[in-house]
Amino acid sequence: MATSVEVRDLVVERGGQQVLHGLGFTLHPGEITGLLGPSGCGKTTLMRALVGVQAGVRGRVTVLGLPAGSPALRRRVGYVTQAPAVYTDLSVAENLQYFAAVVDAVPDRVAAVLEQVALADRPGQLVQTLSGGERARVSLATALLATPELLVLDEPTVGLDPVLRRDLWVLFRQLADAGATLLVSSHVMDEAVRCDRLLLMREGRFVADATPQGLLEKTGAADIEGAFLVLAEAA
Amino acid sequence: MNARRTLATARRVLTQLRRDHRTLALLLVVPLLLLTLLRYVYDAQPTVFDQVGGPLLALFPFITMFLVTSVAMLRERTSGTLERLLTTPLAKPDLLFGYALAFGAVAVVQTTLASAVALGPLGLNLAASPALVVLLAVLDALLGMALGLFTSAFARTEFQAVQFLPAFVLPQLLLCGLFAPRDTMAAPLQWLSDVFPLTYAVDGMQRLAASTAVTGDLLRDLLVVAGASVLALGLGAATLRRQTA
Ligand SMILES: Nc1ncnc2c1ncn2[C@@H]1O[C@H](COP(=O)(O)OP(=O)(O)O)[C@@H](O)[C@H]1O
Ligand SMILES: [Mg+2]
Repeated sequence: MATSVEVRDLVVERGGQQVLHGLGFTLHPGEITGLLGPSGCGKTTLMRALVGVQAGVRGRVTVLGLPAGSPALRRRVGYVTQAPAVYTDLSVAENLQYFAAVVDAVPDRVAAVLEQVALADRPGQLVQTLSGGERARVSLATALLATPELLVLDEPTVGLDPVLRRDLWVLFRQLADAGATLLVSSHVMDEAVRCDRLLLMREGRFVADATPQGLLEKTGAADIEGAFLVLAEAA
Repeated sequence: MNARRTLATARRVLTQLRRDHRTLALLLVVPLLLLTLLRYVYDAQPTVFDQVGGPLLALFPFITMFLVTSVAMLRERTSGTLERLLTTPLAKPDLLFGYALAFGAVAVVQTTLASAVALGPLGLNLAASPALVVLLAVLDALLGMALGLFTSAFARTEFQAVQFLPAFVLPQLLLCGLFAPRDTMAAPLQWLSDVFPLTYAVDGMQRLAASTAVTGDLLRDLLVVAGASVLALGLGAATLRRQTA
């Protein structure tokens, strides 16, 4: 299987504390990998290391054949931060037009990504008047503009209504089917079933790296939350 | 450095500013009100108004751009948009020159308005051509912008950013020669005054007020202000880190 991300012995120190303790995994094109674990376990830190904005990183992080953070990756990797990173005093369309210019996306892409995140009906609305979930989708849309090969999404579905959440997962699946690699984090375990593979994380270590099905079989648990408990107690 | 991204950044910053009617009004109207106030404070001494009015035209753009830029850049840092931008192909000079273009444009409008009102209805007498006055004022604005950008790296909150105005700007203002002639100050203060860039901004305006001639001293002032802006922009660029803890 082709590999788009390869991580070996990843150690990260933040504020004098070791936060990630020697992680290793691979990601593959066409797959959605779920990064699941409780708040504070290190999901965001891991994602920041992948996109190359995290300082204090040791180990090997190779993304699309290049060291993480290489300038050549900046158009090929899309990163959606946990807190929406958009200009609240601009309209939805103005945000997207600016980011489109920054990543050299053709103007048509703005309408296309608005359609993808179900915001096509409100391009003129100021972001500060949007709900939290809508802001998160504007932030997601900015990352889709350049049709990235690797999408790193930090808790993209938190606080969304179930219908929208389902629609976003349909979108993620379409992007993966088109050949993108997706890493999606969440602190709620019920999103696990939508992923091809799961990385379960606790206190900066993986407690599992498996398919959802494989995880249930191995632990004999009824759901992923149960599997997490079994593994966390065994560790 | 990429022209399209720089222009897009300038356009974005101007759009944000345009949305903020109150800030825009403060930027453009407050200088006019203060100049008018000053004119009537020195109602009986028109020559004093001539001496103080010129330097004031240099101070407005410097102070306002310092404030606006440090808060704008701090917001860019705390809202996560800076980190987001630094993961894209946007280069740091694209961002910095985008800001410089946008605030430079605002400074041109601000100074043109202020000069027009000061030189017209308020009867301020400046020897040099209004074009030179606007040129120096725009350089002052860019200096304020560059210093604001640099100092914003040391602020964690907007409260702190605003406090940098008295901390960074007031000492320069006190020692720039406006309150007491520089050669009458205690020697250490003169040295400080020599290294503060605002000194040259005010000195330049005083020269423009006094004489039509473009002298070597005036050129030195212009060059120091421009050079200090470039230096501060470079230092500011160094504070934009792609990787953070
Ligand atoms: N800027 C920082 N400085 C020091 N420690 C941090 C910083 N940010 C996060 N941490 C710590 O790193 C750990 C992992 O945080 P994070 O990656 O944000 O977890 P998650 O995204 O899973 O909630 C936490 O213990 C958190 O307190
Ligand atoms: Mg997080």
